Amino acid sequence: MFSTRNFNRSKPVLFIIILFPSLLWAFQFVTGNLGVNPIEKLMDELGLMALRLIIITLMITTLSNIRPLKSIVVLRRMIGLFAFYYVCLHFSTYIVLDHFLDIQFIIQDIIKRPFITFGFISFLFLIPLASTSTNNMIKRLGFKLWKKIHYLIYPVAILASMHFYVLVRADKTEPVIYMGIIILLLLHRIFKRLTRPQLVQ
Amino acid sequence: MKILGSEITPYKTYLNRRKFIKGSLASAMLATVASSAFANHDSDLSIYTKNLNENDKLNSYEEITTYNNFYEFGTHKKHPHLNSGNFKPRPWTIKIDGLVKKPQTFDLEKILSNVTIEDRVYRLRCVEAWSMVIPWQGFQLSELIKMVEPLSSAKYVQFVTVFRPEEMPGQQKRTIIWPYREGLRMDEAMNPLTILATGLYGHEMPNQNGAPIRLVVPWKYGFKSIKSIVEIRFLDTQPETSWETLAPWEYGFYANVNPNVNHPRWSQGTERRIGEFKRRETLMFNGYEEEVAHLYKDLDLTKFY
Repeated sequence: MFSTRNFNRSKPVLFIIILFPSLLWAFQFVTGNLGVNPIEKLMDELGLMALRLIIITLMITTLSNIRPLKSIVVLRRMIGLFAFYYVCLHFSTYIVLDHFLDIQFIIQDIIKRPFITFGFISFLFLIPLASTSTNNMIKRLGFKLWKKIHYLIYPVAILASMHFYVLVRADKTEPVIYMGIIILLLLHRIFKRLTRPQLVQ
Repeated sequence: MKILGSEITPYKTYLNRRKFIKGSLASAMLATVASSAFANHDSDLSIYTKNLNENDKLNSYEEITTYNNFYEFGTHKKHPHLNSGNFKPRPWTIKIDGLVKKPQTFDLEKILSNVTIEDRVYRLRCVEAWSMVIPWQGFQLSELIKMVEPLSSAKYVQFVTVFRPEEMPGQQKRTIIWPYREGLRMDEAMNPLTILATGLYGHEMPNQNGAPIRLVVPWKYGFKSIKSIVEIRFLDTQPETSWETLAPWEYGFYANVNPNVNHPRWSQGTERRIGEFKRRETLMFNGYEEEVAHLYKDLDLTKFY
């Protein structure tokens, strides 16, 4: 049931499901149906979606350790790229709609405000991940190096959740939940690594 | 930029649109009208618009009542609008205590029968770098202060919001330390700009905006303008205030709107006026410099932010 083939078959549906919110928000934004402060709303929704997708990619890796779900890993690249897609939209909303390309201001903002610094670094780290996502790239880099590069997803996830945590003024429940999930997923990886059977020489 | 004088409407232009109705029947009727309506304020905006600064435009009733920071009803901007339906703003009393001649508890009706309700169109600047223009109805805080005769030792005024977790779902969670508390220096409290507001757009104050009575201090960030006030204390020392207690490195006691003092989370140099696409420059003291700058001439505003 959870075969590679079935996961691959689910991709087009999944693609539309994940793409849909961005189209909906764009439509709502253009038609003035995104509430009283549409730019803020758009930025929040895009950012939250990106963070959730980043966490889902981490979850997929963990889930793929469960034998029957092994093949779920074939979905990871698409979801990871969607995370990057939403981060790009989130970041360009900030640059274009929120600050009208006032580059000098934006640079100051990134330097001075820790939560923006976290978010920005997280975005930068995602760029090499997205740009080495093709099969061809994996071949060119060699799997080992490629895998090393993709460890960047850990700082990306941590920084992104910190970006959210610092932004929230009082009720930190939601960002704390995300951080908790990320930490659990990371602990699982560390645990797995430590208990991995060693080759006897 | 000159703003203030022209933005205050004297009482005589105020018509009979908003009256504090003492009989319970009438008040029930008014409640019905107010709750049924996003609409019935639209007809005669001229009352407010003629008092507007040329650069400002009134925000709509819908904007003002669906986008609120009022954590007593939840931390999201839409929560106060969605979660405040069970709040009962009447009957209402306000306890006056501390350094006053006669500490006492007033019925709100009694206070209102002794003050002059007037229109005040004010800019409201949130510390989160958004702003609105709101037509309040209310009276000068100084009127109430004179009524209760504070002692000469009273240097500060503290305000306390009602604590009713059963009616205010946000209070069931300890997001901040309840009840919400705010404070002003006595001269700030006596400034003619400082009002206790009881209505907006000619309606009784909506629950989500701080029914039935709230402070409005237009030259300070919005969180200073405490809502649903049940207690006012006169003190000789600077009172604790909620946000300052929670994060003193972010929020000060004074919290004057100041584009030159940055907040670690938001640049205070610009703001988004709700309803506008591009950001605006934030004005010193939210544009009320002429009226209030003298209060702070001996104060280092970078240190006392």
